[in-house]
Amino acid sequence: MPTSPSEPDASGPADLADLAVVGAGPAGLAAAVTAAGLGLRVTLLDAGEQPGGQFYRHPAPGLGAARPEALHHAWPEFATREAALRAHVSAGRITYLTAHHVWTVVPDGGHWVLHAVAGPEERAAAVHARALLIATGAYERQLPFPGWTLPGVVGAGGAQAMLKAGLVLPGKRVVVAGSGPLLLAVAGSLAAAGATVPAVVEAAAYIAYAARTPVLLRNPGKLAEAAAYGAALARHRIRLLTRHAVTEAHGTDRVEAVTVARLDRDWRPLPGTARRIPCDALAVGHGLVPQLELATGLGCATRRSPDGTVALELDAGMRTSVPGVWSAGETGGIGGAGLALAEGEIAAHSIAGRPAPAGLVRRRARLRAFADAMGAAHRPGPGWTGWLRDDAVVCRCEEVPAGRIREAAGELGARDARTVKLLTRAGMGWCQGRMCGPAVAALAGEAPAPDRRPLSCPVPLRLLAELPPDAH
Amino acid sequence: MKAHDRDRTPRSLVGGSPLSAHTIGFDGRELPAQEGQSIAAVLWSAGILAWRTTREGGAPRGAFCGIGSCYDCLVTVNGRPNQRACLVPARPGDTVTTQEGTGHADLAV
Ligand SMILES: Cc1cc2nc3c(=O)[nH]c(=O)nc-3n(C[C@H](O)[C@H](O)[C@H](O)COP(=O)(O)OP(=O)(O)OC[C@H]3O[C@@H](n4cnc5c(N)ncnc54)[C@H](O)[C@@H]3O)c2cc1C
Ligand code: FES
Repeated sequence: MPTSPSEPDASGPADLADLAVVGAGPAGLAAAVTAAGLGLRVTLLDAGEQPGGQFYRHPAPGLGAARPEALHHAWPEFATREAALRAHVSAGRITYLTAHHVWTVVPDGGHWVLHAVAGPEERAAAVHARALLIATGAYERQLPFPGWTLPGVVGAGGAQAMLKAGLVLPGKRVVVAGSGPLLLAVAGSLAAAGATVPAVVEAAAYIAYAARTPVLLRNPGKLAEAAAYGAALARHRIRLLTRHAVTEAHGTDRVEAVTVARLDRDWRPLPGTARRIPCDALAVGHGLVPQLELATGLGCATRRSPDGTVALELDAGMRTSVPGVWSAGETGGIGGAGLALAEGEIAAHSIAGRPAPAGLVRRRARLRAFADAMGAAHRPGPGWTGWLRDDAVVCRCEEVPAGRIREAAGELGARDARTVKLLTRAGMGWCQGRMCGPAVAALAGEAPAPDRRPLSCPVPLRLLAELPPDAH
Repeated sequence: MKAHDRDRTPRSLVGGSPLSAHTIGFDGRELPAQEGQSIAAVLWSAGILAWRTTREGGAPRGAFCGIGSCYDCLVTVNGRPNQRACLVPARPGDTVTTQEGTGHADLAV
């Protein structure tokens, strides 16, 4: 989709938008088109080249996919909003900036200034707006195990993202493991695209859902979705092993097999239950973590979600605790694309000063309740660290093994993840703890802390130097 | 496995055909690429899963998160180190080289 020719880069407050939306995933896209429809002038920024975010990730136009919807359910929900986006961009109501990674937001008088790194040439760009909506989504939660740094071990959502965008597979025989409903979607897609999936290895027990029957029954759409996943697994002869985990990946230059073990209720591997499954790739992930650094950088209050992650505290109008800042989608708690769409629309109404349609509010409540039940069922049990041998790498960037973190939290007396980080460098590398954060917190004996990163992506020093002094 | 499973590919699933094909260089080899694929996708299609070695252990790494958050896929593109292969589109004639260690980072965090 073409970016508006009149980029407001280096724009002054003369180009003040009514609303800046960070993230063109389901939440941000729905919010931007709804807000523009309600008469607001909107600037929509996304780090990626195409709208859709993680769920509606799809091949670039050049790949000439005739049926991009084959990799999605609910594609029309996206297609109608993408068409609306195009229309608003041509009418000048939305300025859509692709390949703009926002790395910080600062207040300036009565409005917000968003600073972004733009394009492959890493240009500086700034956007000014009266209201801010943060819809930055989530990344995958990873729980390390010996061998997880071997080539061929990839994120489950990562494998899905690479398939949806680039039409590629990490291997021919791919074990899918971890926890959460995303695994079923990933296994179904990989198999439909030609991979053999010997097993989906799920650490939780689906039995946990039984305790939450009322919430399930209020969400027939979600039950139908689950049934469709079940049918896909059966069709492709994929075994679903619940209360099991991959406790080790084997190989020298790449993964050749994985060890799978049975878990007790607390996710502790049961001795004597280990067996090997040969494979040439492993797609693994334990749910998602809200991506909050822009919001926490502004001081937005957070809450603990039932899945154990930290999410933003939001009111019924999707307002954060900071006046002038709204948020929608996975930043307010993991909940799926349908919920993100509803929340984006609610936020747009609230920003435009209108009441949200009652149906939308009910839909959000129903889907949020379902997401919370799901999150609680798949929340990692404390025993998972039992499969983390001392020599296993925990921090991929700084190559810090579990033993060093245990030593810091034990003999060296570190009481929290921050001190562990200072003593071991775990979480201080390129990814800033996105991959090892939950694991380091668990080994330090505390619950994961909210994302706190000064910058949301690496920023060339020259761009920092160009900032006006009051923005530092 | 049923016979038709074996014939399935990501391409057969979504149909159509790429608007144009080109090649990129990788450590002295020519790899086929399709317009719109990321560098990581081109490497995966060629069965290459590692294109970087770590600073400390010299261990092989490639794409892990697939969405730009893990920085495990860093690679040198046309002489510029530390590019995230999962995000950077492959352009005709690009030269991609295995990145060792820091790749002399000029980026700050
Ligand atoms: C790797 C991955 C794969 C997934 N695959 C599936 C799947 O197959 N099926 C499924 O049901 N659910 C999937 N999900 C869950 C899915 O993310 C959500 O259900 C849904 O997409 C949430 O919508 P959202 O708008 O909140 O966030 P997202 O869709 O994550 O959108 C967030 C957007 O914000 C942009 N962004 C983030 N930070 C910045 C910044 N600082 N500056 C500029 N732009 C920024 C991102 O580029 C992205 O486009 C996946 C999640 C992940 C992480
Ligand atoms: S694969 Fe994680 S950043 Fe590219």
